[in-house]
Amino acid sequence: MGILNIVTYTPLLGAAVILFFIRSDNPKMIRYAATIFATVDFIVSLFLWWGFDPNASGSRLFQFRFVRDWIPSLGVKYDFGIDGIALLLIVLTTFMGLIAIVSSFSAINFREKEYYVLLLLLQTGMIGTFCALDFFLFYVFWEVMLVPMYFIIGIWGGPRKLYAAIKFFLFTLAGSVLMLLSILALYFFNDDGIPFLHIRGLGNGYTFSVLQYHNIGHLIPPSLQFWIFLGFFFGFAIKVPMFPFHTWLPDAHTEAPTAGSIILAAVLLKMGTYGFVRFALPILPDATRQLILPIVVLSIIGIIYGALVTLVQKDMKRLIAYSSVSHLGFVMLGMFALNPMGLKGSVIQMINHGISTGALFLLVGIIYERRHSRDIADYGGLAKQMPMYATLFLIAALSSMGLPALNGFIGEFTILLGVANRNIWWAVFAAIGIVLGAAYLLWLYQRVFWGPLDNPANRTVRDLNRRELAMLVALSAVMVWIGIYPKPIFEVIEKPVEYVMGKVDPAYMNRPPIQYPAAVAEAEASK
Amino acid sequence: MASLLLLVPLLPALGALINGIRSFARPLEPKNKKTTNFFALASTLLSALIASYLVATSGAAWEHSYYTWIPAGVGHVSGGFLSDFTVNFAFRIDPLSSTMLMVVTWIGFLIHVYATGYMAHETGYTRFFAYLNLFMFMMLLLVLGANYVVMFVGWEGVGLCSYLLIGFYYEKNFAADAGKKAFVVNRIGDFGFILGIFLIFNTFGTSDYARVFALASAHPLQYAGAATAICLLLFIGACGKSAQIPLYVWLPDAMAGPTPVSALIHAATMVTAGVYMVVRSNVLFRLSPVAMMVVALVGAATAIFAATIGLAQNDIKKVLAYSTVSQLGYMFLGAGVGAFTAAIFHLMTHAFFKACLFLGAGSVIHGCGGEQDMRKMGGLRKYMPQTRWTMLVATLAIAGMPLFAGFYSKDEILAGAFAFHPGIWFLGAAGAGLTAFYMFRLYFMTFSGHYRGAEGVGIETSEPEHAGDDLIPSSVHLDQGDAHTDKGHGHHAHAHTPHESPLVMTGVLMILAILSIFGGWIGWPAAMGGGFPTPFQRWLKPVLLPVGGRQFHFHEASHAQELILMAASVGIAAVGIFLAFRFYKRDETWAVPKRLATRLRPIYGLLTNKYFVDEIYDAVVVQTTLIFSRALAWFDVNIIDGLVNLTRHVTVFAFGHGSSLFDRFVVDGAVNGLADAAAGSSRMFRKLQSGFVQNYALVMGAGIVLIAAVYLFLKP
Repeated sequence: MGILNIVTYTPLLGAAVILFFIRSDNPKMIRYAATIFATVDFIVSLFLWWGFDPNASGSRLFQFRFVRDWIPSLGVKYDFGIDGIALLLIVLTTFMGLIAIVSSFSAINFREKEYYVLLLLLQTGMIGTFCALDFFLFYVFWEVMLVPMYFIIGIWGGPRKLYAAIKFFLFTLAGSVLMLLSILALYFFNDDGIPFLHIRGLGNGYTFSVLQYHNIGHLIPPSLQFWIFLGFFFGFAIKVPMFPFHTWLPDAHTEAPTAGSIILAAVLLKMGTYGFVRFALPILPDATRQLILPIVVLSIIGIIYGALVTLVQKDMKRLIAYSSVSHLGFVMLGMFALNPMGLKGSVIQMINHGISTGALFLLVGIIYERRHSRDIADYGGLAKQMPMYATLFLIAALSSMGLPALNGFIGEFTILLGVANRNIWWAVFAAIGIVLGAAYLLWLYQRVFWGPLDNPANRTVRDLNRRELAMLVALSAVMVWIGIYPKPIFEVIEKPVEYVMGKVDPAYMNRPPIQYPAAVAEAEASK
Repeated sequence: MASLLLLVPLLPALGALINGIRSFARPLEPKNKKTTNFFALASTLLSALIASYLVATSGAAWEHSYYTWIPAGVGHVSGGFLSDFTVNFAFRIDPLSSTMLMVVTWIGFLIHVYATGYMAHETGYTRFFAYLNLFMFMMLLLVLGANYVVMFVGWEGVGLCSYLLIGFYYEKNFAADAGKKAFVVNRIGDFGFILGIFLIFNTFGTSDYARVFALASAHPLQYAGAATAICLLLFIGACGKSAQIPLYVWLPDAMAGPTPVSALIHAATMVTAGVYMVVRSNVLFRLSPVAMMVVALVGAATAIFAATIGLAQNDIKKVLAYSTVSQLGYMFLGAGVGAFTAAIFHLMTHAFFKACLFLGAGSVIHGCGGEQDMRKMGGLRKYMPQTRWTMLVATLAIAGMPLFAGFYSKDEILAGAFAFHPGIWFLGAAGAGLTAFYMFRLYFMTFSGHYRGAEGVGIETSEPEHAGDDLIPSSVHLDQGDAHTDKGHGHHAHAHTPHESPLVMTGVLMILAILSIFGGWIGWPAAMGGGFPTPFQRWLKPVLLPVGGRQFHFHEASHAQELILMAASVGIAAVGIFLAFRFYKRDETWAVPKRLATRLRPIYGLLTNKYFVDEIYDAVVVQTTLIFSRALAWFDVNIIDGLVNLTRHVTVFAFGHGSSLFDRFVVDGAVNGLADAAAGSSRMFRKLQSGFVQNYALVMGAGIVLIAAVYLFLKP
């Protein structure tokens, strides 16, 4: 029945079990059930990784394929399959999904049943989106994600939850409608009434198959590519979010409950960047190359603007939300360097941002549960009162600012290496963001953890409990692991990146390799 | 061999991990302390022993790649080639890294030993040693790395440890500020460094030293242009880490950290990383006369500039901090004029005598109950003889007196400077005079005369008003008061008689004092009967690759000229010592400096306030950034998001009310009943989702129509 179906629908099954078999006045049982299903899902996703062949390329690039006819009259197929990029994002989703559920144990204390059902439903939507290789199916999952998140923010959120939820919903929907338009444009694209695919001998009907479009995309006239790209662009750029479509993010993040923020930052934002790398780049190579400059400019503005605005935020959650704008700017910039380094860095940074920013939101949630304040000014000197919390917060902050030997560095370095390889000046501007990143995170850290412990309310705060410690240690371990030994991650994205490069810039590799002279140092020394 | 080498950094890392976890437990039981000492000291000692064994047994340069760290992918490199931009986790042992290895591991170990005495009564003892071990790990990565990226890991890693250790007394705001400042200023430098690394990749297709230098040395003309840009960017990084103009401002503030940290990180090892990096990249720098010139000039300017500030500081650690900035300037001066071995030589001797000075200062502070103000010291030779003698040796070494280590290294740098340009030599020699003066001022203020601490604050209160600023904390001294003391947890706040420090501290001082003499003899100059090149130069020769087939030549001048230059610089230094003697030793009221301070008030004010550079930076960089950021934050909330909300209001109004108006007047007029129903239902729907779903549907519809229309019109 396909391991991808298992990994996608295990959370849905969990949601159904909770919905139908567990009474809503038994929150403990609900939590256990949700945790068990999320854990199973995480383990299944690890099996997925274990069974994944990183060397498969060409037609075998997309693995664990599961294809069935769904609506034959429209050419809609139920088509699941993943490459290394989707694999990593799925593992990220199941991991952060588990963290999100465990983090909610003490944070959510009303309407638990609906809450965990929605969280699990959301997970199915996210994983399905990464698995889908049929545009129709993709769009279905894409919209499935939207609704649970809307309710999670709207019901369990902060004081301005309704405003934030509706804003989130409308922004994303506006984008996804434009994306739908582009999908339809691809679908109906034809030559004098005969479906395009037919002409190319690729079939005799309309299709939603993503992989088909990967193959014929470059045949679409550039002027049309441009418009289709634009539709995708709005759909994905809002989700990323890119400057200037980012203003839903601080509100959504600030008002969402902790788990909502974690999922939002870790996975939902990646939908946008994933959309670019899966659809926009390989299907519309001419438009992509044509639009490099505007997108790079928006990304760089996002990096610097986001960082500067982050610097002066007074609310911890809002601060981290704005830092996401800056970080996602790096992801977009790396992608549009359109070389292997930029693309790889971009994918890795999607994962890293999920881990690091997810961890930061979790950390803010932990202190919020204790003190019911996210206002930086209410804190100071916490390092004395909560040494473990302070240490783990520091690790997450350092990872987020890209300190070497932690995960953030691997992503930022690879991205900037690629960006600099295309244009050193882009890298110069982007690197300003790194300096500012250190500034805003260290300033935050100083104001919250250092200085005198002078707010009496903070003198009784207890340090992490075991559950919180377990989550944060797991996240920190991943940060260190990726920072020191990222090879397993580079390994699985090698071929997908090659694949995308082959579509978007086939001439990239047409150069001779450089030759190095025999190392003089060794010759000298051996004399 | 290779796996043994891996242990060198890994052992301290392990120590850091264990002590780091242990530090969450109860802080200061004696038993805890012993265990902490065991992990911290054993790991460092073992690491130093293994390193020594490896250095002794590695005949030639060798490197080993442990694993592929960042397989970034295929990139374009200059000249129209492809290259695989892969970064390996690789270490390299050659004379340069071996030298650094010895300095870092052994000085590091000694300072660990010292710290067990110095920190004995501090809370956070275990945390302190965890950080210190982590620092060792990062510093060893920095010097052992076989490519620029591994070096960069260590580079930023030591910056982190520096941040943590400066902010060790994090409850004190000044320590927290200083830590953050150090990190951020270093990040500004790292901005240049990392861009330099990218340019190295773009130009050479790799960042492995061996390949980069082989390519550069084989085709010097082809790479000369790129080398200038690369070297200048790398040098920005060096300016940050090694506290050179304009990025030196963090180092004096870094004195907020415990004194062993100042000795290890902010004098002997970490801050010299920039010098190491420049010398490591000597092949690239030698391709670019412009970059060399910049390095030499910045070094010379920093050497003089920091020395002048050092003249007027009263905090013992601040004097040493500015002296470090100044001495680092000498090292860059040496590297910039092409005397690379001299720069590393001075790096090494400086590590000996400056560690000795800082630890001696620590001993003084420890003995005086946390006091750092030299005006409240004096007469300590009676109470702390061992500290006094060792510090005297180190002071003579930094002043460049013959037979002491500093003399040989400084002389080699100045000889190189003279060959480069006599003006540069003059700057260097003048700086040496200033150094001799302020260092002996420190020495005399601390150890001569009578003790001005506990027994009534002496001179200070007896002649408050008319005395020169020299003795009175004036209101413009911006960081006065307890802000200076690193003994944040005040275990000796009360006045008491100064006492000599325990043997773990003075023993370390003695070892360093011995090194401050004999450590320089491996560079015995030819002019004084040594060989040419000196043993140290011969040792480092393999690192100085030939460029374009031409071998590296050590500078050689006539012995007569060299002896004259030596005599001149020693003479200038002797004048400095003499003046310090006259001003601060002979006359216990310090009448001359006070008079000078009064008479030259504007200049003196400038010096005590460090030329107001901190204030200028704060106004120009920090405040401007913050104001700009606040403006952007306002813009974000009110303009960008304002537009979003405006769209909402407009759509709600135009489509919501508009359509109901439309209903009322147009449709209503035509088909009354139907209109009522429509209006009613629309009102109903609005209620259902507070008007927004309808709204979104309209936006959606309008959007589709709009895009379709635009597409149809513009379709080619």
